Amino acid sequence: MYVATKGGERAIDAAHDWLAEERRGDPAVPELTIAQIREQMRLAVNRVMAEGSLYDPDLAALAIKQARGDLIEAIFLVRAYRTTLPRFGSSHPVETCDMAITRRISATFKDVPGGQVLGPTFDYTHRLLDFKLMADGEAPTAARKPADPEPAPHILALLDRDGLMEPLAHDGATPRDLTREPLELPADRPLRLQALTRGDEGFLLSLAYSTQRGYGRTHAFVGELRIGTCAVEMEIPELGFAVEIGEIELTECETVNQFTGSKTEPPQFTRGYGLVMGQSERKAISMSLVERALRWEELGEENTGAPAQDTEFVLYHSDNIQATGFLEHIKLPHYVDFQSELELIRKLRRAVAPERLEAAE
Amino acid sequence: MSTQMTKTNDRQARMGLLARAEPARLAALMPDLPPHDWLRAPETGAVMVQGRVGATGGAFNLGEMSVTRCALRLKSGAVGHAYVQGRDRDHAARAAAIDALMQGPSAERIEADILSPLRRDEAGHRRVRAEKAAATKVEFFTMVRGED
Repeated sequence: MYVATKGGERAIDAAHDWLAEERRGDPAVPELTIAQIREQMRLAVNRVMAEGSLYDPDLAALAIKQARGDLIEAIFLVRAYRTTLPRFGSSHPVETCDMAITRRISATFKDVPGGQVLGPTFDYTHRLLDFKLMADGEAPTAARKPADPEPAPHILALLDRDGLMEPLAHDGATPRDLTREPLELPADRPLRLQALTRGDEGFLLSLAYSTQRGYGRTHAFVGELRIGTCAVEMEIPELGFAVEIGEIELTECETVNQFTGSKTEPPQFTRGYGLVMGQSERKAISMSLVERALRWEELGEENTGAPAQDTEFVLYHSDNIQATGFLEHIKLPHYVDFQSELELIRKLRRAVAPERLEAAE
Repeated sequence: MSTQMTKTNDRQARMGLLARAEPARLAALMPDLPPHDWLRAPETGAVMVQGRVGATGGAFNLGEMSVTRCALRLKSGAVGHAYVQGRDRDHAARAAAIDALMQGPSAERIEADILSPLRRDEAGHRRVRAEKAAATKVEFFTMVRGED
Protein backbone atom coordinates (compact mmCIF):
# COMPACT_ATOMS: atom_id res chain seq x y z
CA MET A 1 0.00 0.00 0.00
CA TYR A 2 1.26 3.47 -0.84
CA VAL A 3 0.72 6.62 1.13
CA ALA A 4 1.43 10.20 0.06
CA THR A 5 5.20 10.83 -0.12
CA LYS A 6 4.98 14.28 -1.63
CA GLY A 7 3.91 17.53 -0.14
CA GLY A 8 6.63 18.14 2.44
CA GLU A 9 8.99 20.17 0.25
CA ARG A 10 7.69 23.60 1.14
CA ALA A 11 7.57 22.81 4.82
CA ILE A 12 11.14 21.43 4.68
CA ASP A 13 12.45 24.55 2.91
CA ALA A 14 10.81 26.77 5.49
CA ALA A 15 12.20 24.62 8.32
CA HIS A 16 15.73 24.99 6.90
CA ASP A 17 15.32 28.75 6.57
CA TRP A 18 14.26 28.95 10.17
CA LEU A 19 17.17 26.73 11.18
CA ALA A 20 19.56 29.15 9.45
CA GLU A 21 18.00 32.10 11.28
CA GLU A 22 18.17 30.30 14.62
CA ARG A 23 21.78 29.34 13.97
CA ARG A 24 22.67 33.00 13.60
CA GLY A 25 20.74 33.97 16.73
CA ASP A 26 20.15 37.61 17.60
CA PRO A 27 21.62 39.66 14.73
CA ALA A 28 22.45 42.40 17.23
CA VAL A 29 25.09 40.07 18.68
CA PRO A 30 28.28 39.80 16.56
CA GLU A 31 28.56 36.65 14.48
CA LEU A 32 31.12 34.01 15.51
CA THR A 33 34.04 33.56 13.15
CA ILE A 34 35.63 30.21 12.35
CA ALA A 35 38.91 31.51 13.79
CA GLN A 36 37.19 32.40 17.08
CA ILE A 37 35.77 28.89 17.40
CA ARG A 38 39.10 27.32 16.40
CA GLU A 39 41.05 29.36 18.95
CA GLN A 40 38.62 29.70 21.86
CA MET A 41 36.58 26.48 21.65
CA ARG A 42 39.64 24.39 20.98
CA LEU A 43 38.66 21.39 23.06
CA ALA A 44 35.34 21.16 21.23
CA VAL A 45 37.27 21.40 17.95
CA ASN A 46 39.55 18.61 19.18
CA ARG A 47 36.63 16.36 19.98
CA VAL A 48 35.08 16.92 16.56
CA MET A 49 38.41 16.12 14.88
CA ALA A 50 38.97 12.98 16.96
CA GLU A 51 35.48 11.53 16.53
CA GLY A 52 35.08 12.89 13.00
CA SER A 53 38.39 11.11 12.42
CA LEU A 54 39.83 13.97 10.35
CA TYR A 55 42.52 16.30 11.63
CA ASP A 56 41.60 19.73 10.28
CA PRO A 57 40.90 22.40 12.93
CA ASP A 58 39.29 24.88 10.52
CA LEU A 59 36.86 22.31 9.16
CA ALA A 60 35.96 21.14 12.65
CA ALA A 61 35.33 24.75 13.69
CA LEU A 62 33.13 25.28 10.63
CA ALA A 63 31.20 22.11 11.46
CA ILE A 64 30.63 23.32 15.04
CA LYS A 65 29.30 26.64 13.75
CA GLN A 66 27.04 24.97 11.20
CA ALA A 67 25.78 22.47 13.79
CA ARG A 68 24.97 25.25 16.28
CA GLY A 69 27.34 23.69 18.80
CA ASP A 70 25.81 20.20 18.58
CA LEU A 71 29.08 18.28 18.57
CA ILE A 72 27.67 14.97 17.34
CA GLU A 73 26.01 16.79 14.44
CA ALA A 74 29.36 18.50 13.78
CA ILE A 75 31.13 15.12 13.83
CA PHE A 76 28.52 13.87 11.35
CA LEU A 77 29.34 16.79 9.01
CA VAL A 78 33.07 16.07 9.21
CA ARG A 79 32.55 12.34 8.59
CA ALA A 80 30.42 13.16 5.54
CA TYR A 81 33.05 15.56 4.23
CA ARG A 82 35.92 13.13 4.62
CA THR A 83 34.22 10.61 2.36
CA THR A 84 34.61 13.14 -0.48
CA LEU A 85 38.40 13.28 -0.11
CA PRO A 86 40.64 11.04 -2.19
CA ARG A 87 43.03 9.00 -0.02
CA PHE A 88 46.64 9.90 -0.84
CA GLY A 89 48.08 7.14 1.32
CA SER A 90 49.11 6.32 4.87
CA SER A 91 51.68 8.03 7.03
CA HIS A 92 54.48 6.31 8.87
CA PRO A 93 53.39 5.58 12.43
CA VAL A 94 53.80 8.75 14.50
CA GLU A 95 56.62 8.48 17.04
CA THR A 96 55.14 9.75 20.27
CA CYS A 97 58.50 9.40 22.03
CA ASP A 98 59.63 12.41 19.95
CA MET A 99 56.56 14.47 20.87
CA ALA A 100 57.11 18.18 21.57
CA ILE A 101 55.56 18.12 25.02
CA THR A 102 53.01 20.56 26.41
CA ARG A 103 51.88 18.26 29.22
CA ARG A 104 53.34 15.08 30.60
CA ILE A 105 52.52 13.48 33.91
CA SER A 106 52.92 10.11 35.58
CA ALA A 107 50.89 8.72 38.45
CA THR A 108 53.36 5.88 39.00
CA PHE A 109 56.74 7.61 39.38
CA LYS A 110 57.45 10.95 40.96
CA ASP A 111 60.91 11.52 39.56
CA VAL A 112 61.14 10.78 35.88
CA PRO A 113 63.62 11.94 33.23
CA GLY A 114 62.07 15.00 31.59
CA GLY A 115 60.02 15.75 34.69
CA GLN A 116 56.32 16.14 35.38
CA VAL A 117 54.98 18.92 33.18
CA LEU A 118 51.48 20.10 34.08
CA GLY A 119 50.79 22.11 30.92
CA PRO A 120 47.53 24.02 30.38
CA THR A 121 45.34 21.83 32.61
CA PHE A 122 41.98 22.21 34.36
CA ASP A 123 43.39 20.08 37.22
CA TYR A 124 43.84 22.02 40.47
CA THR A 125 41.36 24.70 39.35
CA HIS A 126 38.55 25.21 41.86
CA ARG A 127 35.75 24.82 39.36
CA LEU A 128 34.25 28.10 40.40
CA LEU A 129 32.65 30.19 37.67
CA ASP A 130 34.98 33.02 36.72
CA PHE A 131 32.76 36.03 36.21
CA LYS A 132 35.70 38.03 34.90
CA LEU A 133 35.27 36.10 31.65
CA MET A 134 31.87 37.79 31.20
CA ALA A 135 33.66 41.09 30.71
CA ASP A 136 36.15 41.90 27.99
CA GLY A 137 39.53 41.49 29.55
CA GLU A 138 43.14 41.70 28.58
CA ALA A 139 44.64 38.60 27.01
CA PRO A 140 46.34 36.64 29.79
CA THR A 141 49.97 35.60 29.37
CA ALA A 142 51.53 32.31 30.42
CA ALA A 143 54.60 32.20 32.64
CA ARG A 144 57.85 31.20 30.97
CA LYS A 145 61.06 29.70 32.15
CA PRO A 146 64.23 28.76 30.27
CA ALA A 147 63.66 25.29 28.86
CA ASP A 148 66.28 22.61 29.30
CA PRO A 149 66.55 20.20 26.41
CA GLU A 150 66.30 17.14 28.64
CA PRO A 151 64.54 14.37 26.66
CA ALA A 152 61.33 12.87 28.05
CA PRO A 153 61.36 9.17 27.15
CA HIS A 154 58.25 7.07 27.64
CA ILE A 155 57.98 6.17 31.29
CA LEU A 156 56.79 2.63 30.58
CA ALA A 157 59.99 2.12 28.58
CA LEU A 158 61.81 2.29 31.93
CA LEU A 159 59.82 -0.70 33.16
CA ASP A 160 60.32 -2.33 29.79
CA ARG A 161 64.07 -2.12 30.27
CA ASP A 162 63.80 -4.13 33.48
CA GLY A 163 61.67 -6.77 31.75
CA LEU A 164 58.69 -5.99 33.99
CA MET A 165 56.50 -4.92 31.08
CA GLU A 166 54.81 -7.27 28.62
CA PRO A 167 56.64 -7.27 25.29
CA LEU A 168 54.81 -5.70 22.33
CA ALA A 169 54.27 -7.58 19.09
CA HIS A 170 55.91 -5.82 16.18
CA ASP A 171 55.24 -7.76 12.99
CA GLY A 172 55.19 -4.86 10.52
CA ALA A 173 51.77 -5.94 9.25
CA THR A 174 49.47 -3.45 7.51
CA PRO A 175 46.69 -2.73 10.00
CA ARG A 176 43.08 -3.34 9.00
CA ASP A 177 41.16 -0.13 8.32
CA LEU A 178 37.51 0.07 9.30
CA THR A 179 36.96 3.03 6.97
CA ARG A 180 37.81 0.75 4.05
CA GLU A 181 36.17 -2.51 5.05
CA PRO A 182 33.28 -3.18 7.42
CA LEU A 183 34.21 -3.78 11.04
CA GLU A 184 34.20 -7.55 11.42
CA LEU A 185 34.96 -9.71 14.41
CA PRO A 186 37.26 -11.02 15.66
CA ALA A 187 38.92 -7.61 15.81
CA ASP A 188 42.66 -7.60 16.51
CA ARG A 189 44.24 -4.98 18.74
CA PRO A 190 45.07 -2.45 15.97
CA LEU A 191 41.48 -2.55 14.69
CA ARG A 192 40.08 -2.18 18.21
CA LEU A 193 42.31 0.86 18.77
CA GLN A 194 41.08 2.48 15.55
CA ALA A 195 37.45 1.96 16.58
CA LEU A 196 38.08 3.29 20.09
CA THR A 197 40.02 6.40 19.08
CA ARG A 198 37.10 7.57 16.91
CA GLY A 199 34.50 6.31 19.38
CA ASP A 200 32.16 8.49 21.40
CA GLU A 201 33.87 10.09 24.38
CA GLY A 202 30.83 9.76 26.63
CA PHE A 203 30.36 6.08 25.84
CA LEU A 204 34.03 5.30 26.47
CA LEU A 205 34.04 7.35 29.67
CA SER A 206 31.09 5.40 31.05
CA LEU A 207 32.58 2.05 30.09
CA ALA A 208 35.96 2.99 31.55
CA TYR A 209 34.22 4.09 34.75
CA SER A 210 32.36 0.79 34.88
CA THR A 211 35.70 -1.08 34.88
CA GLN A 212 36.84 1.06 37.80
CA ARG A 213 33.67 0.20 39.70
CA GLY A 214 34.26 -3.51 39.25
CA TYR A 215 32.71 -4.50 35.94
CA GLY A 216 35.85 -5.97 34.36
CA ARG A 217 38.31 -4.47 36.80
CA THR A 218 41.87 -4.08 35.50
CA HIS A 219 43.63 -2.20 38.34
CA ALA A 220 44.92 0.57 36.11
CA PHE A 221 47.51 3.17 37.02
CA VAL A 222 48.19 6.04 34.64
CA GLY A 223 51.82 5.24 33.87
CA GLU A 224 52.03 8.25 31.66
CA LEU A 225 49.80 10.84 30.08
CA ARG A 226 51.37 13.09 27.49
CA ILE A 227 50.02 15.83 25.24
CA GLY A 228 51.96 17.60 22.53
CA THR A 229 52.67 17.75 18.82
CA CYS A 230 54.14 15.04 16.64
CA ALA A 231 55.46 15.24 13.12
CA VAL A 232 53.58 13.24 10.50
CA GLU A 233 55.83 11.70 7.90
CA MET A 234 54.75 10.05 4.68
CA GLU A 235 56.48 8.16 1.90
CA ILE A 236 56.11 10.13 -1.36
CA PRO A 237 56.13 7.61 -4.21
CA GLU A 238 57.07 10.13 -6.93
CA LEU A 239 60.11 11.23 -4.91
CA GLY A 240 61.21 7.90 -3.50
CA PHE A 241 61.67 9.22 0.02
CA ALA A 242 59.59 10.27 3.01
CA VAL A 243 58.83 13.86 3.97
CA GLU A 244 57.08 15.52 6.86
CA ILE A 245 53.67 16.66 5.67
CA GLY A 246 52.70 18.43 8.86
CA GLU A 247 52.34 18.30 12.61
CA ILE A 248 49.40 17.20 14.70
CA GLU A 249 48.53 17.52 18.36
CA LEU A 250 47.96 14.23 20.16
CA THR A 251 47.07 12.96 23.61
CA GLU A 252 48.54 9.64 24.68
CA CYS A 253 47.77 7.60 27.78
CA GLU A 254 49.54 4.45 28.83
CA THR A 255 48.19 2.56 31.77
CA VAL A 256 50.15 0.06 33.82
CA ASN A 257 48.06 -2.89 34.88
CA GLN A 258 48.82 -5.78 37.14
CA PHE A 259 49.01 -9.15 35.53
CA THR A 260 49.58 -12.21 37.64
CA GLY A 261 50.84 -14.29 34.74
CA SER A 262 49.45 -17.20 32.78
CA LYS A 263 50.58 -20.65 31.66
CA THR A 264 52.91 -19.07 29.11
CA GLU A 265 53.68 -15.63 30.57
CA PRO A 266 55.46 -14.73 33.81
CA PRO A 267 53.90 -12.24 36.23
CA GLN A 268 54.47 -8.81 34.72
CA PHE A 269 52.81 -5.50 34.06
CA THR A 270 50.54 -5.15 31.06
CA ARG A 271 49.49 -1.98 29.35
CA GLY A 272 46.35 -0.32 28.13
CA TYR A 273 46.80 2.23 25.41
CA GLY A 274 45.01 5.39 24.39
CA LEU A 275 45.99 7.76 21.59
CA VAL A 276 43.61 10.49 20.50
CA MET A 277 43.82 13.48 18.18
CA GLY A 278 44.06 16.87 19.87
CA GLN A 279 44.09 17.63 23.57
CA SER A 280 41.57 14.99 24.68
CA GLU A 281 42.72 13.78 28.05
CA ARG A 282 39.48 12.28 29.39
CA LYS A 283 39.01 10.37 26.15
CA ALA A 284 42.61 9.09 26.07
CA ILE A 285 42.42 7.77 29.64
CA SER A 286 39.01 6.21 28.97
CA MET A 287 40.29 4.61 25.81
CA SER A 288 43.28 3.04 27.56
CA LEU A 289 41.07 1.55 30.30
CA VAL A 290 38.55 0.10 27.88
CA GLU A 291 41.31 -1.09 25.57
CA ARG A 292 42.92 -2.97 28.44
CA ALA A 293 39.62 -4.53 29.55
CA LEU A 294 39.06 -5.85 26.02
CA ARG A 295 42.38 -7.70 26.16
CA TRP A 296 41.15 -10.28 28.71
CA GLU A 297 41.09 -13.07 26.16
CA GLU A 298 44.61 -12.69 24.75
CA LEU A 299 45.96 -12.37 28.30
CA GLY A 300 44.05 -15.44 29.50
CA GLU A 301 42.08 -13.49 32.10
CA GLU A 302 38.65 -14.37 33.39
CA ASN A 303 35.62 -13.20 31.44
CA THR A 304 33.34 -11.83 34.12
CA GLY A 305 30.66 -10.95 31.58
CA ALA A 306 31.30 -7.24 32.09
CA PRO A 307 30.17 -4.94 29.27
CA ALA A 308 33.70 -3.53 28.87
CA GLN A 309 35.02 -7.05 28.18
CA ASP A 310 32.53 -7.66 25.37
CA THR A 311 34.32 -6.71 22.15
CA GLU A 312 31.21 -6.89 20.03
CA PHE A 313 29.18 -4.80 22.45
CA VAL A 314 31.91 -2.16 22.80
CA LEU A 315 32.98 -1.85 19.18
CA TYR A 316 29.50 -2.01 17.67
CA HIS A 317 28.14 0.69 19.96
CA SER A 318 31.04 3.12 20.30
CA ASP A 319 30.49 5.01 17.06
CA ASN A 320 28.18 7.92 17.77
CA ILE A 321 27.40 8.56 14.11
CA GLN A 322 26.21 5.02 13.54
CA ALA A 323 24.32 5.19 16.80
CA THR A 324 22.63 8.51 16.19
CA GLY A 325 21.87 7.58 12.58
CA PHE A 326 19.97 4.50 13.64
CA LEU A 327 18.41 6.12 16.66
CA GLU A 328 17.19 9.23 14.88
CA HIS A 329 15.85 7.42 11.85
CA ILE A 330 12.88 6.20 13.89
CA LYS A 331 11.48 9.73 14.00
CA LEU A 332 11.25 9.84 10.20
CA PRO A 333 8.01 8.79 8.48
CA HIS A 334 7.19 5.13 9.12
CA TYR A 335 3.58 5.51 7.99
CA VAL A 336 3.48 2.29 5.98
CA ASP A 337 5.19 0.20 8.67
CA PHE A 338 2.86 1.57 11.28
CA GLN A 339 -0.18 1.05 9.07
CA SER A 340 0.59 -2.68 8.99
CA GLU A 341 1.02 -2.75 12.78
CA LEU A 342 -2.38 -1.12 13.09
CA GLU A 343 -3.95 -3.70 10.76
CA LEU A 344 -2.40 -6.49 12.78
CA ILE A 345 -3.67 -5.23 16.12
CA ARG A 346 -7.19 -4.81 14.68
CA LYS A 347 -7.09 -8.34 13.27
CA LEU A 348 -5.92 -9.80 16.59
CA ARG A 349 -8.63 -7.94 18.44
CA ARG A 350 -11.31 -9.27 16.05
CA ALA A 351 -10.16 -12.81 16.90
CA VAL A 352 -10.60 -12.20 20.63
CA ALA A 353 -14.01 -12.93 22.18
CA PRO A 354 -16.07 -9.72 22.67
CA GLU A 355 -16.57 -10.29 26.43
CA ARG A 356 -12.76 -10.33 26.99
CA LEU A 357 -12.42 -6.95 25.25
CA GLU A 358 -15.24 -5.58 27.41
CA ALA A 359 -13.57 -6.92 30.56
CA ALA A 360 -10.37 -5.18 29.61
CA GLU A 361 -12.12 -1.83 29.17
CA MET B 1 76.59 8.75 -2.96
CA SER B 2 76.98 10.68 0.24
CA THR B 3 76.53 14.04 -1.56
CA GLN B 4 73.35 12.62 -3.04
CA MET B 5 72.18 11.58 0.42
CA THR B 6 72.93 15.01 1.85
CA LYS B 7 70.99 16.57 -1.00
CA THR B 8 68.04 14.31 -0.31
CA ASN B 9 68.21 15.04 3.41
CA ASP B 10 68.30 18.78 2.74
CA ARG B 11 65.34 18.50 0.41
CA GLN B 12 63.39 16.42 2.93
CA ALA B 13 64.07 18.95 5.67
CA ARG B 14 63.05 21.81 3.38
CA MET B 15 59.82 20.17 2.29
CA GLY B 16 58.97 19.46 5.92
CA LEU B 17 59.65 23.08 6.86
CA LEU B 18 57.41 24.30 4.03
CA ALA B 19 54.64 21.86 4.95
CA ARG B 20 54.68 23.04 8.56
CA ALA B 21 54.84 26.75 7.64
CA GLU B 22 51.91 29.06 8.30
CA PRO B 23 50.28 29.59 4.88
CA ALA B 24 49.82 33.32 5.52
CA ARG B 25 53.46 33.76 6.55
CA LEU B 26 54.65 31.89 3.46
CA ALA B 27 52.42 34.08 1.28
CA ALA B 28 53.89 37.20 2.85
CA LEU B 29 57.43 35.98 2.16
CA MET B 30 56.61 34.90 -1.39
CA PRO B 31 53.71 36.91 -2.81
CA ASP B 32 54.05 35.76 -6.43
CA LEU B 33 54.62 32.37 -7.99
CA PRO B 34 57.25 32.10 -10.75
CA PRO B 35 55.90 31.11 -14.19
CA HIS B 36 55.18 27.40 -14.20
CA ASP B 37 53.23 24.53 -15.73
CA TRP B 38 51.25 22.18 -13.57
CA LEU B 39 52.28 18.55 -13.62
CA ARG B 40 49.60 17.95 -11.04
CA ALA B 41 47.32 20.86 -10.17
CA PRO B 42 46.76 21.35 -6.43
CA GLU B 43 44.30 18.82 -5.04
CA THR B 44 43.11 18.22 -1.51
CA GLY B 45 42.82 14.73 -0.10
CA ALA B 46 43.35 12.75 3.06
CA VAL B 47 46.25 10.83 4.52
CA MET B 48 45.58 8.09 7.05
CA VAL B 49 47.76 8.83 10.06
CA GLN B 50 49.05 5.76 11.83
CA GLY B 51 49.92 5.32 15.48
CA ARG B 52 51.77 2.54 17.25
CA VAL B 53 50.06 -0.01 19.50
CA GLY B 54 51.33 0.73 23.01
CA ALA B 55 53.47 3.64 21.69
CA THR B 56 56.23 1.37 20.36
CA GLY B 57 54.49 -1.65 18.81
CA GLY B 58 52.98 -2.30 15.38
CA ALA B 59 50.91 0.22 13.43
CA PHE B 60 47.22 1.03 13.79
CA ASN B 61 45.06 3.57 11.95
CA LEU B 62 44.53 6.64 14.10
CA GLY B 63 42.46 8.77 11.71
CA GLU B 64 42.96 10.96 8.69
CA MET B 65 44.33 14.44 8.17
CA SER B 66 43.63 16.77 5.27
CA VAL B 67 46.56 17.25 2.91
CA THR B 68 46.99 19.26 -0.30
CA ARG B 69 49.50 18.20 -2.93
CA CYS B 70 50.73 19.44 -6.27
CA ALA B 71 53.66 19.23 -8.70
CA LEU B 72 54.86 21.88 -11.13
CA ARG B 73 57.62 22.54 -13.67
CA LEU B 74 59.39 25.89 -13.97
CA LYS B 75 60.53 27.35 -17.28
CA SER B 76 64.04 26.14 -16.40
CA GLY B 77 62.69 22.58 -16.42
CA ALA B 78 63.11 22.14 -12.65
CA VAL B 79 60.28 20.09 -11.11
CA GLY B 80 58.91 20.84 -7.64
CA HIS B 81 56.65 18.74 -5.44
CA ALA B 82 54.62 19.55 -2.36
CA TYR B 83 52.51 17.67 0.20
CA VAL B 84 51.27 20.08 2.84
CA GLN B 85 48.87 19.73 5.76
CA GLY B 86 45.46 21.38 5.32
CA ARG B 87 43.40 22.51 2.35
CA ASP B 88 45.28 25.61 1.22
CA ARG B 89 46.07 25.24 -2.50
CA ASP B 90 48.26 28.36 -2.56
CA HIS B 91 50.30 26.95 0.31
CA ALA B 92 50.98 23.77 -1.69
CA ALA B 93 51.73 25.76 -4.88
CA ARG B 94 54.27 27.98 -3.10
CA ALA B 95 55.90 24.99 -1.42
CA ALA B 96 56.27 23.21 -4.78
CA ALA B 97 57.63 26.35 -6.46
CA ILE B 98 60.24 26.73 -3.72
CA ASP B 99 61.14 23.05 -4.01
CA ALA B 100 61.80 23.63 -7.73
CA LEU B 101 63.59 26.97 -7.30
CA MET B 102 65.96 25.43 -4.76
CA GLN B 103 67.31 23.19 -7.53
CA GLY B 104 68.42 26.21 -9.62
CA PRO B 105 70.58 29.34 -9.43
CA SER B 106 68.19 31.25 -7.14
CA ALA B 107 68.64 28.71 -4.32
CA GLU B 108 70.82 31.02 -2.25
CA ARG B 109 68.34 33.88 -2.47
CA ILE B 110 65.37 31.64 -1.63
CA GLU B 111 67.28 30.22 1.30
CA ALA B 112 68.02 33.70 2.67
CA ASP B 113 64.68 35.36 1.91
CA ILE B 114 62.21 32.58 2.60
CA LEU B 115 63.59 29.44 4.23
CA SER B 116 65.74 31.15 6.87
CA PRO B 117 62.88 33.34 8.13
CA LEU B 118 60.58 30.30 8.23
CA ARG B 119 63.18 28.36 10.20
CA ARG B 120 63.61 31.25 12.63
CA ASP B 121 59.82 31.56 13.09
CA GLU B 122 59.49 27.87 13.79
CA ALA B 123 62.40 27.80 16.21
CA GLY B 124 60.86 30.81 17.98
CA HIS B 125 57.44 29.18 18.32
CA ARG B 126 58.97 25.96 19.59
CA ARG B 127 61.09 27.79 22.13
CA VAL B 128 58.10 29.74 23.45
CA ARG B 129 56.12 26.54 23.88
CA ALA B 130 59.03 24.75 25.55
CA GLU B 131 59.46 27.69 27.92
CA LYS B 132 55.79 27.70 28.88
CA ALA B 133 55.98 23.96 29.49
CA ALA B 134 59.13 24.41 31.56
CA ALA B 135 57.32 26.93 33.77
CA THR B 136 54.72 24.26 34.61
CA LYS B 137 57.29 21.59 35.46
CA VAL B 138 56.82 20.40 39.02
CA GLU B 139 59.78 20.81 41.33
CA PHE B 140 59.17 18.36 44.14
CA PHE B 141 60.69 19.05 47.48
CA THR B 142 60.71 16.73 50.44
CA MET B 143 59.68 17.92 53.87
CA VAL B 144 62.11 16.66 56.47
CA ARG B 145 60.26 15.30 59.47
CA GLY B 146 61.72 14.48 62.86
CA GLU B 147 65.18 15.16 64.25
CA ASP B 148 67.31 12.60 62.42
